[in-house]
Order: sequence, then C-alpha cells, then structure tokens
Amino acid sequence: MANYDLNINGKNYSVDVDADMPILWVLRDTLGLVGTKYGCGISQCGACTIHLDGSAIRSCALPVSNVAGKKITTIEGLSKDGDHPVQNAWVEHDVPQCGYCQAGQIMTAAAFLNENKKPSDEEIKKAMNGNICRCGTYLRIRKAVKTASENI
Amino acid sequence: MANKNLKTDRRSFIKVSTAAGGGLVLGFSWLSACKADAALEVAKAMPADWFDINAFLKIGDTGLVSIVSPNPEIGQNVKTSMPMIIAEELGVNWKDVIVEQAGLSKDFDRQVAGGSQSIRSTWDTLRKAGATARHMLVSAAAETMEVEASECSVENGVITHSSGKSVTFGEVASLAATQIVPEKVSFKSPGDYKIIGTDRTNVDIKDIVEGKPLFGIDTRKEGMLYASVLRPPSFGQSLVSYDDTEAKNVSGVSEVIRFGDKIAVLGNSNWAAIKGKKLLQANWKHDSQGESSPEHSASLSAILKKPKGEALRKDGDVKKAFADADIVLDRTYEAPFLPHNCLEPMNFMASVEGDKCIAVGPIQTPGWTQNRIAKAIGVEPENVSIQLTRMGGGFGRRLYGDFAEEVAMISQKAGVPIQLLYTREDDMTAGMYRPASKYRIQASVKDGKMTGYRLTEAAINSNMFGSIPHYFPAGCVENYEVFGGKSESNITTGAWRAPYTNFLACAEQSFFDELSAELKIDPVQLRLDLLENVIGSTDEDIEYSGERMQGVIRLAAEKSGWGKAKDGVYQGFSAYYSHNTHVAEVAEVVLEENRPVVKKVYCVVDCGIVVNPLAAKNQVEGGIIDGIGHAMYGDFAFDKGKPSASNFDKYRLIRNIEAPEVEVHFVKNELSPTGLGEPSLPPAGGAVANAIAAATGNRFYKQPFIQYTDIIG
Repeated sequence: MANYDLNINGKNYSVDVDADMPILWVLRDTLGLVGTKYGCGISQCGACTIHLDGSAIRSCALPVSNVAGKKITTIEGLSKDGDHPVQNAWVEHDVPQCGYCQAGQIMTAAAFLNENKKPSDEEIKKAMNGNICRCGTYLRIRKAVKTASENI
Repeated sequence: MANKNLKTDRRSFIKVSTAAGGGLVLGFSWLSACKADAALEVAKAMPADWFDINAFLKIGDTGLVSIVSPNPEIGQNVKTSMPMIIAEELGVNWKDVIVEQAGLSKDFDRQVAGGSQSIRSTWDTLRKAGATARHMLVSAAAETMEVEASECSVENGVITHSSGKSVTFGEVASLAATQIVPEKVSFKSPGDYKIIGTDRTNVDIKDIVEGKPLFGIDTRKEGMLYASVLRPPSFGQSLVSYDDTEAKNVSGVSEVIRFGDKIAVLGNSNWAAIKGKKLLQANWKHDSQGESSPEHSASLSAILKKPKGEALRKDGDVKKAFADADIVLDRTYEAPFLPHNCLEPMNFMASVEGDKCIAVGPIQTPGWTQNRIAKAIGVEPENVSIQLTRMGGGFGRRLYGDFAEEVAMISQKAGVPIQLLYTREDDMTAGMYRPASKYRIQASVKDGKMTGYRLTEAAINSNMFGSIPHYFPAGCVENYEVFGGKSESNITTGAWRAPYTNFLACAEQSFFDELSAELKIDPVQLRLDLLENVIGSTDEDIEYSGERMQGVIRLAAEKSGWGKAKDGVYQGFSAYYSHNTHVAEVAEVVLEENRPVVKKVYCVVDCGIVVNPLAAKNQVEGGIIDGIGHAMYGDFAFDKGKPSASNFDKYRLIRNIEAPEVEVHFVKNELSPTGLGEPSLPPAGGAVANAIAAATGNRFYKQPFIQYTDIIG
C-alpha cells in the first residue's frame, strides 16, 4: 500500500492503495466513479477507456503508480453538464442499446476528435475499432462521431 | 427528445437501503431532482403529492405522470417502449412522463426479458393500464366540471368537455384515484396514435452518456464486500483441496470462503478479490471425463446418421418421396458452442440477514431467480426481494440466475452484503453456452419440384422446442418431417439469442439457395412459390403467415434491387420467421483483393405495429451485425473439458470496421406488435453465406466462416 495523489476530472484525490491496482478499480471501488466500466481487464474491449493527459487509454490494465501527476478525465468529467458534442451526438442518434460499452465509446471518440477534427468515414471506423459493442450499435456510433465532428 | 429535459441529480451510486417498513428502496431519485431545461419545452413541475391510479402509473398534482416499466431492460428498449404504450392510451404528453424500473412484484405478470416477448405479451395489459386510468380521469373530470363523461375528450394531459371547459390531469388526479375501476375499456385506434409509432429516445440516454450508475456492477451497499470466485477450470472437475495462505496476504482481502466446488475471495475492492483469487492454490480432480470438441462432433454426426425417436413434425411420406425422386439434395451444417459475452460480465449483489435476502442486479428472470436464491439459502421465496438494474446485455445468459444464487450463498456465509463480479475469464468459462449443433437437411426433387423435406437436428444437451419444427417450409411441402436428437454433455448449455434458430436459419437458408440452383429457379421465386402452398392452411401448429412472409420477401427484393445488383456486387437472400416476426434480408458482398467483404444488408421486417421506430431500427441493425459477427468469427471449442478461449484476445467479436451498412424497412400495418429483439439475427448468417457463394462459388457448411481461410483470408 502506498499513497498516490491523483488529479481526476479537475479534482485532487489522495488514495492509499497497492501500486499494481489498475486505475479502473481505483476509480470504481476506491473513489466511487463508476461510469468507467470493466469489460475484459486486458485492454481488448475498450469499455474502460479514460483520458490520460487528453489521450484515450485503457484503465483496466494501467497501474495506479503510472498515473500519479497526470491529468485523468473520466466520463463523469468529460463535460460539466453532459453536453460535450460527442455526448450530444450520442443522444441525437439514440446510439445505445444496453448502454454498457458507451462510456468507453464516447471517451474514445472524444479523444479521437481532439486529434482529428474532420475525420473521414474510414478514419472514424478505424478510430472506433478498438471498442467492442456486443449489441452491435456500430452504425450509430459512426454516425454520432460524424455528427460530433461537425459540431466540435 | 423524450425526457431530455428532465435533469436528474442521480446519486453517485445506485444506493440500496431498507425502508422503515422493511421494503426496499432503490435510489432512483428522479423525483427530488427534476428541473426543466430552459432550452427545451418545459415539463410539468415535480408534484407535492402523487396519486396511485394503478400498479403501472401514478399522477402528480402538477400533471406529471410516473409510469413503471415492469420488465427487465437488457438493451431491447422496453424501459422506453412499454411506458410509451401506457402513455399513449392514457393521453399524456410524453414529455410529461417519467419512467421508473419495477422490481419483482406480484403486481405484474411475466416479468421476463426473453423470447422477444415483452411487448407482444403485454400489449393488451399495458394498453388497458393506460386506458383504465384515462377513463378514471375522465370520470373525475366530468364530476368536477359537472358534465357528462361521454362528452369529454383527452389529449396531452387535458380533459376537455365539448363546451370548451377543461381540466388537467393534475387537477383531477386525487379524485381520479378514488374512481371505480372500469371493467371494460376501449382502446384508441392506431390511426389516432400520437406516441406509438413515433421516434422516442431511450429514457436512460442522459444517464448512459454521462456515466451515471445504472448497471448491476454499479450497485453499492453499506458494509458491502466484493467477491471473486474460483470455479473448476474444466467441466467435469471438482475441488479436492486448496491453500489460501497467499491469497489472504493480499492487502484488502478479508476472507476466503469455500462453497461447494467453488472458492470465494472477499475483499474491499474487486481488484483485491481478483488478485487474491489468482493466488489461490487449488487441487482439482476429474469426476467425469473431460470432453473435447472432436468427440462432440462425432457424437452429433452419429445422431444425424440415424434419427431416433418421434418426429417433431411429420407430414406425408418423406421416405417414399425420397425413393421416387430424381435427386435428393443432402447437406450437413455445423456450428460450435458459443459464449454470450455480455459486455457487462455476470454480477449480482446480495445481502442476506437472517431469513431475509435483498438481491439487486441484472437478471432477465427475476421470478425464477427469487425461487432459486430462496432454495439455495433455505428461506421462503417471499423473503427474497429482487430489484432490477439496467443490464449490460443479456442475450439469454441472464435468464439463468446461477451468479445470483452464488452471491446469496456467499453473503449468507460471510454475514455481510456481497457484490459478486465475474471477471471476463470467469464469464467466458463458466458455461451456459449455446449448444454446439449440426443440421442435416435433405430435399427430394422430382420433375423440377421439391417433393420432400427432412430436417434433422443433432445438438448438445437439448433440442429445438415449441413451434420451431413448424416453421417454413412446414406446410409448404407435402412430405415433410423434422427429427431432433441430443448428446448429453457435462458442459452446461442454455438459451443464446434466438435459441436454435440462430444457426438453424443459416443452415436452412443456405440450403434453399443450393436447392434453387438445383431447380434452376431464382431463390426469391422459389420461396414465394413454396409459400403459396401454406396460404389458407388450417394447420394450427403453423403460426407463421404465408402472406406476411411473401410480403417481406417481395419488399426486400424490391428495396435491394434483387437480381439487378451492380457489377461486382453479389447478393444473397434469406428470409426467416421467428419470435412471431417475419423478416427477409439481402446481403451484398464485394470482392476486395479477391476476398469477400460484406458491404450492406437490406432488411425488411413485419413485426406488426412498430412501437418506437427509432429503437426498433437499432434492434434490427444490431441483430444483423450480431448475427454476421457470430457466423463469421464466433468460435469456441473444448479440450478435455477446458474452453479454448477465456477472453477477447482469443475470442473474436465483430468490430466496428467489419460491420456492414444496414438498411431497415418495416412493413406498415395495424396488427398487434410481435418480437423484435431476436428476429433479425437468424436470417443474417444465411444471407451472408449465400452472397459469398454468389461471389466466390464456395459454399460454407460450418460456422464460423473465418475458418475457410482460403476464401475469407
């Protein structure tokens, strides 16, 4: 156990946890930020995607000891009122079915659009390819990313 | 946008606490936190008082209506579409509706998410709930205004007398609650619908996109510990002994509990529990033989060679038809076990105190699960309360409450509330798979016509049930029979989205493509011609409609430009009836570097009245992508009882880049709604197989298609 100072969604937290504890579980079980989801634990499905210094990263296999001093953003902190252009586009296209993977999809899309403001359809598909949706909402995800790119 | 304007200040967890009266309070605190978004049309204010009209709805003194969604929500959108039906008959503006998820309650029938039956089975009940309330409101309004009820009309939460006088729902809600409940009520005619048939956004959309606690995995309770369970690594094994010394040394791990052949590690975080579990040293022994996939394949083939037992359906004399035939087309199709892989792994929270249990989580069958938990911990079922969370997928896996039973047993032993979470590896290896199966299909051809048809199913542990043996082409061919045989296995199996038909449809629809080539007739025409024979049938076992099937087939052919595809585009046809819904699909494949790629799927659905087209389209698109994904990539084998894959590094699910465009059309009619969560899946595999055959000349007889590496690449 050791102390780690974390900056999450603009707030400072101090946690006393094992160095190898993935940040996913620190967020969910230690701090109660449960919007970030567990899906596979091996960085394969994207349900746990967060932003680390603005880049999308899988939180399920990222030890807490690696993120101290960096800026973490989770779905809860993507926007103040849930109105980030990506979130708005997700509402406009009624993307989710079960909804479980969507926080990760949204975080992937938001980081991607930060780097590529006007992506092509092919670039969108490739950017979103790391996030599994078992319900198969991929078509709406593509449309929503496109819409968000037009409003960003 | 339904309810977009209702801002909620949901607490940071789905908090569970026991109310003073002993009942359960699940913290959906809509009611204290709604405020209007100025940019949008203003919803009714939060009421000071609510008046219960019936089990499904209550009306506030401001006219805000709270509707309960009785069935479990697994992503099929019933939490939006079921309340829409009630709201329609009630005559309220949808923006003045808030929705609450029911827990298990005697107030509701069939609280099950399964068989695509939620809407179909409750259509009349939900309409009655809304219409009954409307009659009571009108009756109260007539009393208040001193007019005749028969001279009043209802719209958008306002009851208006023919003189022009009016009162609102809020004004008469308290009086309405005391009115006599009418025995008979009239329903609106579909032509007057204002909510049903219109696009309505998921009522949970804002919470989903903001990452609010909605799912089972988000459940928290004071004093709760997290559990991770070690189960036998292979089917047929049991636990001999274990050493938990290292596990107990993990910081945060508080206890290790054996129950049966399983060991639960409890900790103050999921990570502690998982880490501790990995450090358990367990010794296992084989009680029965560890089974391997080649043995399963051989036993299924043996069944196909000689179908035993009674036919599941038998018409005419297939043997004679085969003996008299010019040729008998004979094909065998094969598919593996499949895990469900809900993206939210199995989990449940249980708190057992004395002879009482509070259980909260994602479950498709709360009623069965109540009984299952009660039996496992030795209490009366009425002492087990089940609360439902939103589910991160179901696909049949959450019909089985094994994980809820496990967590109740652990909580009972530990004496504290427990949340059990399966790791992905646990989820993929714990069983309840789609059974591996083979189908042998034979059809006799005489003088250019199909004269006989025999379908034989060989499957692990169980066979097709209900009306499946009576699906197309039953009733279309004079000599027809279906047999089913099973091979018992210690690998546990269960329902997987569109049980049996998820692969049977692929086999049959591929077979019809080959049959049409044999008969030198267009595949669409072959189906239309055969369906002529069932029109007017009085056979009560046949529930599909020849006319409706022809309807979707014709429309799919029209919308896809069947037979008129552009150069380099190859089409495959498929049509299937399941879950009371008729579906036709056309897949389009192109060759890229000589490899077939699925580019687009056209789909026509006849599911009667479409309650929420926006969500319905989502279901159809998802079902097709899911169907194609599993047909292409879904592979799962066993070696001495051990599954071949335990996570997404070895088990391939379809991803964004592989999903084709989907164009969905619904047949417009005013017939009662039928299933939609499953029916678009079964025909997808066959449509793709047929399109790939058109493109490459190669027929696929085994799923997943990806194993045909020389063709697929």
